[in-house]
Amino acid sequence: MNAVLDFIAALGRAALNLVRTAGALTLFGLTALSHLVRPPFYWRIFFGALIEIGFFSLPVVALTALFSGGVIALQSYTGFAQYHAQGAIAGIVVLAVTRELGPVMAGLMVAGRVGAAMAAEIGTMRVTDQIDALTTLSTNPMKYLVTPRLLAGTIALPCLVLVADMLGVMGGFIVSVVKLDFSAPAYIAATFAAVKTIDVTVGLAKAAVFGFLITLMGCYHGYTSRGGAQGVGSATTAAVVAASILLLASDYLLTDVFFSQ
Amino acid sequence: MTQSTPKIRIRGLCKAFGPKIVLDGIDLDVMPGTSMVIIGGSGSGKSVLLRCILGLIPADAGTIEIDGVDVLTLPPRRREEVIETIGMLFQNGALFDSLSVWENVAFGLLAAGRRHGRRPSRAEARATAGRVLEQVGLDPSVGALSPAELSGGMQKRVGLARAIAGQPDILFFDEPTTGLDPIMGAVIDGLIVDCVRKLGSTAIAITHDMASAQRIGDQAAMLYKGKLIWQGPAASLLNSGNPMVDQFTHGRREGPISMELRR
Repeated sequence: MNAVLDFIAALGRAALNLVRTAGALTLFGLTALSHLVRPPFYWRIFFGALIEIGFFSLPVVALTALFSGGVIALQSYTGFAQYHAQGAIAGIVVLAVTRELGPVMAGLMVAGRVGAAMAAEIGTMRVTDQIDALTTLSTNPMKYLVTPRLLAGTIALPCLVLVADMLGVMGGFIVSVVKLDFSAPAYIAATFAAVKTIDVTVGLAKAAVFGFLITLMGCYHGYTSRGGAQGVGSATTAAVVAASILLLASDYLLTDVFFSQ
Repeated sequence: MTQSTPKIRIRGLCKAFGPKIVLDGIDLDVMPGTSMVIIGGSGSGKSVLLRCILGLIPADAGTIEIDGVDVLTLPPRRREEVIETIGMLFQNGALFDSLSVWENVAFGLLAAGRRHGRRPSRAEARATAGRVLEQVGLDPSVGALSPAELSGGMQKRVGLARAIAGQPDILFFDEPTTGLDPIMGAVIDGLIVDCVRKLGSTAIAITHDMASAQRIGDQAAMLYKGKLIWQGPAASLLNSGNPMVDQFTHGRREGPISMELRR
């Protein structure tokens, strides 16, 4: 009987903890967003974050997209060849890349690269009193550290995904034409016939949501980190794990909303 | 405000973290233009006291008056204006490592200027930062360096420069000589005394370095288990007549203060 009660108590504690964290995270995000419309806005921090997230993530996102597009072309050829449906490969590649793989792969790469770096940077500032120092120097830490990064993440990720979409399709094209002997003009024509504006725009909208979530997780876990180097390490791990899970969960929800019909 | 009104007046200040009571009804007056040194063992609540005054940690109960105004009941914007009149030197410097030294020193000037709509240009801010660096005995060329390129003593000086750059009415020093060799500690203490005198500021310093406490302070107080157990002139720290203060200042193992050690 005691074991059952202990189990229920542990479940209750976990549930309460989850609700508490969700509440704190929501308040954190809303406070950061409210600073968007309350001056001053720190443009230097914003542009710095934009370059860090958008520009310096470009190589890793580009390579991931290129190879992912190629892999989809190869894998779908293996399956579709059994039904003599190789003609659908161009459509499969472009839809998979623009709707799912572009935003999700770019999001996961940025979560690993930028989310972790943000949590580590802000976490280190927290444990070395730099965030307290900001407050004593007439600067709101949320306004200075969090709001510009959230905006930069929300803007930078769609730009990255646009590049990832093009390179993903190019990866599929290269594999199909060079390795699978497809006709280049026919592949391009099939690609344009399959893709619709909404496929790309919804992919970009997803990317904006992912960008917001990744930077929110990085900033939140860094901002609330405690206890020296170990605390910063835990915050970094938590930021990447939470961002990845939230990214995939929100991807499912957005896909259900936009493409379930 | 008359000359007899304390610059900082604290009454019944309480703060607990869960079951641990850190500040237990602190009453403290700091008169204008004086330097108060607060001593006490590690974990006695010295840093928490400063952080409560700055609003970095919310107090559980009590009042903190600055120039007769209770800052704990002020709306956030007014409170920010009060905080703007306080300069703080953090224990480890807390310099922003993503900014250069001059940007660190000028940070408060630029932020205050931004708030009041008369922000100095970056060139003006850099020139001012150079002058403040000279005041703390550093060459203005140091301004171009990153904080990571500085020694511990230089980082403390830059932290001091940042604290005084806005010519604050009140200065707080959190363990200003911790981690420094005795000579550098004396240099930093000398700079602190000079800066406080030049600015005419009221200062609170927390330390457990007795030499530093006597050099910096006009008045002194000792925190023990969340309470102020003694207040008096800093010059009498070593012969206060209070057995607890005497044990602490002379570093004796035996006495009324028992360290909570696990055996």
